[in-house]
Amino acid sequence: MAQSDAITRLSADIRIQTIRALEQAGFGHIGGCMSVADTLAVLYGGELNIRPEQPDWPERDYLVMGKGHCGPVLYAALALKGYFPMDWLNTVNQPGTRLPSHCDRLKTPGIDMSTGSLGQGLSCAAGIALGLRMQGRSNRVFCIVGDGELQEGQIWEAAAAAEHLHLNRLILLIDENKRQLDGYVCDVCGGDPAEKFRAFGWNVVRVCGWDTDAILHEIRAATEQAGAPSAIVLETVKGMGASFAEHERNNHYMVITKEMAVEAVAEIHRRLSAGTYPAGEVV
Amino acid sequence: MTHDPFTPRPDEKDMRDAYCDALIAAAEADSRVIVIDCDLSNSLGTGRFHARFPERSFNLGIMEANACSMAAGLSLTGFVPFVHSFAVFTSRRMTDQIFLSCAYAGLNVKLIGGDAGVSAAVNGGTHMAFEDFGVLRSIVGLRLFEPTDNTMVRALIPHIASRYGVDYIRMPRRSVIKIYEPGETFMPGEAKQLREGEDVTLIASGVMVSEALIAADLLENEGVHASVLDCFTIQPLDTAQIVERAQQTGCVVTAENHNIIGGLGSAVAELLSERAPVPLERVGVKNVFGEVGPQAYLMDRFGLRAKDICAAAHRVIERKQR
Repeated sequence: MAQSDAITRLSADIRIQTIRALEQAGFGHIGGCMSVADTLAVLYGGELNIRPEQPDWPERDYLVMGKGHCGPVLYAALALKGYFPMDWLNTVNQPGTRLPSHCDRLKTPGIDMSTGSLGQGLSCAAGIALGLRMQGRSNRVFCIVGDGELQEGQIWEAAAAAEHLHLNRLILLIDENKRQLDGYVCDVCGGDPAEKFRAFGWNVVRVCGWDTDAILHEIRAATEQAGAPSAIVLETVKGMGASFAEHERNNHYMVITKEMAVEAVAEIHRRLSAGTYPAGEVV
Repeated sequence: MTHDPFTPRPDEKDMRDAYCDALIAAAEADSRVIVIDCDLSNSLGTGRFHARFPERSFNLGIMEANACSMAAGLSLTGFVPFVHSFAVFTSRRMTDQIFLSCAYAGLNVKLIGGDAGVSAAVNGGTHMAFEDFGVLRSIVGLRLFEPTDNTMVRALIPHIASRYGVDYIRMPRRSVIKIYEPGETFMPGEAKQLREGEDVTLIASGVMVSEALIAADLLENEGVHASVLDCFTIQPLDTAQIVERAQQTGCVVTAENHNIIGGLGSAVAELLSERAPVPLERVGVKNVFGEVGPQAYLMDRFGLRAKDICAAAHRVIERKQR
């Protein structure tokens, strides 16, 4: 299997496991989980320098999920990579789980930072990048944020600080799925993230958020950047790949029944067979 | 019981300078210790640290929330960041970051809140933290300190630097009344008993410790024997000793340079109401905002004087005898 096929297969598995996990819970942040599945497949499909059997390996690339409510899709990727048993995914959001709604570094192997209060993750990632540089390490630090999250003022504090400190090993992945809890980002408080980060002195590119080859290419290009941190704006569709969510206006957080999950998983397999995965007829 | 009367005399240098000495010493002993400032290094006295360890000093600018979360990230890679701002900003502007990035995430960050309470003086009400302990005391796992003088600062900083966890240290910047001789030892979480007496227990912190000692002398002149505790660790509270003294003396007065809601007085009241209910009064700022003025004026203005402690002591003794 070519690498791009393997990444596609991994992204499908990430989506399927996420949908099943959220269906077990009965509800969840399906929209923002789906929109970053392809990026996580690129990262965990070979690009991240990691050791699943040694989650705290000091030489690893770090990943901070700024939009901490999308923990479940990251848990799916981590389970598929072997950080913990797959059956943990059945416990997402259940009492006593090690896989809570929002990322918790003390509970989950492979979670580098606890997040959930939006806007803090990028600062944390900048701090990690600074600490690693002080130690003479060249690990990369990835941070995933949502486009709604960019409304948080702390994001722009971190954007200024990371540029000032020349944290070129910091790579920000912006999931521009264009929606937030209450509606469209452009209706609530929008603006072009790429222009904003460029104005803050970052290296910025835009890329189709489900084109895994293009995402991988841009991550590699960002890795070569010197002098400034990089932001990759992932143009995504919120909910893409979970058929029940794709045409829902309010798909930030949904009740998910067994029937919905079964149909969504079947649709993923149909699209894979038809060569239209993950977008199908969505775009 | 007789004591030499307490003679207030100022410490030999500003507390910020004693603090910076201690921080430099801690950093010399431990290469993980780093300093983060938020454009207040001149006010808070960390300039000499920057000069001594430029590669371990970061002035992140007027972005306290970012500084706090970045410190959490730095601690994730093994560093021990000391983050500095005025107490108003360290507590109020960083609250959510202290909660999530630091405490909930289980990281190792040291938070300094300068210009504690009335010591903000002419910066006035906007800069006068009377609520910082109240804001932070309900965050799980934080340790809250209010060093009493330079001797204590020098003793506490190495401990704080070497112990994993999130700590908040509230300090004035200027010289305060000297309480301890060099070489005195302190156990975090253990209040210092400065006077023994069987009639009333005075529990104080920060600049109110010297006022409590003066009050104890005034009470002694009236034949009232006061026990005085320096409760420099607001959290975790020295519950065993406070309960014991409350039971021994049967009444308690707390004294703090803080709102009586949320700080030392609240903590002691919570403890004693469950474990040893005795008459108690809280000397402190009575739920009002700060204002501009010299510290001496503000201590008079907000009732933070020995005479206020004495008056409260008489009231709790009277209630005890009813």
